[in-house]
Amino acid sequence: MSHRRRGIMMKLRTVLSFVFRHRTGLSVIGSSVVLLPVPLILSNPWKLGILNLIAIHAIVVLGLNLFIGYAGQISLGHAAFFGLGAYGSAILTTTFGMAPIAAMTLTAGGVGLAALGIGIPVLRLSGHYLAMATLGFNIVVHNILIQWDRVTGGPSGLSGVPSFALFGLPFQGELRQYYLLWGAALIALTFSLNLVRSGVGRGLAALAEDEVAAAAMGVDVRRGKIVIFTVSAVFAAIGGSLFAHYMGTVTPDTFGIFASIDFLIMAVIGGLGSLWGSLGGAVLVTVLPHLLGPLEDFKDIIYGLIVVAILLLFPGGLLAGIVGRAKSRLARAGENGRMNDQIPMTKSQ
Amino acid sequence: MSDAPPNGIILQAAGLTKHFGGVPALHEVGFIARKGQVTALIGPNGAGKTTFINCLTGLLRPDGGSMVFDGRELSGLPPQRIARLGIARTFQNLRLFTRLSVLDNVLCGLSRTAGDSFLQAFLRTSSLRHRERRLRLAALEALDTFGLAERAHWLAGALSYGEKKRLELARAFVSAPRLILLDEPVAGLNADETERVGALIRQMQRSGATLILVEHDMDLVMSASDHVVVLDGGRRIAGGPPGDVRRNPLVLEAYLGKISVTA
Repeated sequence: MSHRRRGIMMKLRTVLSFVFRHRTGLSVIGSSVVLLPVPLILSNPWKLGILNLIAIHAIVVLGLNLFIGYAGQISLGHAAFFGLGAYGSAILTTTFGMAPIAAMTLTAGGVGLAALGIGIPVLRLSGHYLAMATLGFNIVVHNILIQWDRVTGGPSGLSGVPSFALFGLPFQGELRQYYLLWGAALIALTFSLNLVRSGVGRGLAALAEDEVAAAAMGVDVRRGKIVIFTVSAVFAAIGGSLFAHYMGTVTPDTFGIFASIDFLIMAVIGGLGSLWGSLGGAVLVTVLPHLLGPLEDFKDIIYGLIVVAILLLFPGGLLAGIVGRAKSRLARAGENGRMNDQIPMTKSQ
Repeated sequence: MSDAPPNGIILQAAGLTKHFGGVPALHEVGFIARKGQVTALIGPNGAGKTTFINCLTGLLRPDGGSMVFDGRELSGLPPQRIARLGIARTFQNLRLFTRLSVLDNVLCGLSRTAGDSFLQAFLRTSSLRHRERRLRLAALEALDTFGLAERAHWLAGALSYGEKKRLELARAFVSAPRLILLDEPVAGLNADETERVGALIRQMQRSGATLILVEHDMDLVMSASDHVVVLDGGRRIAGGPPGDVRRNPLVLEAYLGKISVTA
């Protein structure tokens, strides 16, 4: 009897250890299983459209959260990279007739190089100064998009961007776009989850907290900041490319500083340093304006109030806050008398 | 290792000078650390001990002099390059990553072997997975050695002061560095904890670690070190085996003032 019980325990332990070791892969697979049948249930193309926008925003916010939440930096200019990605793809496919995938690759590479060029001088700054510098960059890019009509189409932008296509197969319509965009978002999520579980990710978390101590461990602080800035810019650019192909048109006003602030709000609401939270933040901020309906005019005030409320109640972000509260409630209910000596980690993905 | 100079000298500083404005924090300081030995660096407050450590680790750039580690000049190298040569340190005022877990703090101490390829990290290649598993085992072993195994999943910020001090040690020792600089490892600890940390330092010494120990606690210095160097006002005033240094009139003067020596 006790033998059999021990055998079962051993098996359980093996299973648990497998689940723990492969938690990234399993959770992503789990999300795919949940996401896969959604269009069958939710056939309304308008609602599907909102889901598609969420996927695009999620890609940008994941990259932004790596830079802000993990590496502890700040950017108020990520809409510029988003915009450069969108315009890059739009121009290369409409004016030069390039294939979407080639245009996206080229654009992402170009934006990466641009981010590298900006990051090397700008990342010498930190805090408010870094915020100002990235904000300034966004204003410059926004102005270029408006003024350089011959290339960007000026204030009215560019239209006629073809749908994204792979191997000659176009992703037309909301349904196909849904699978394309969420596929991309899940890849971005997997990459991000992998990164934060590696030595590189620990190095970023270390330099976020104490650059001197991180350097004393052998972490190249400057390189780490510049590379993660570039990576997050490339995420934003890919999000932008997908956005251009999805919408079919690009206009400069989508990529102003308020868009940057929206991305920042998504990251903060979801929780800085919480990648799953980033998905939640993208959902909430994308859906919110549609829920407001007649209150649309007060959108900015309501946004502001929600952000303030979340920061007051859940300073670690909405998702982390709810999970943390549930955990402590469970601990109190289940372990009366016994001290709970496991303090949850704040940066556990 | 083969091109190490004779006598097992692993670090040799000569004429090391550092000024803050017009104030000399270090003046022509010479210093030798030998492989497998504990070299203590003592002196009254403001003698330049921490400045010396900060120059060695690249946090400060010396104004003059040389620091040769295993045949390589250190001055001018950035901190992370020096760390990657195998020089680890602890900090006088704890510099733990308080928002990371205890285990992750120790894993950070393994940064120089953890690899820094973003691409590998994104794809979580199998070589990276295996390396991570190895590092994790090494980190857990270090936590065990330093008596922190049960705290592995705590946030570092939630530890007691004594545990934090030991975590700094674990983080420095985990990578088996070739030289370890301990900046006042028992400062602020009570008698029990001091004894515990002292025992750990002696244990590390027996296992062959090369240490430079900056410390005010004379009992620890006398019991743990093979060689003592004394700084005062940025100058090296004495050096030798602990017993000799203890009786050196210049050292007594530096610590106790002139009167007690001339009287």
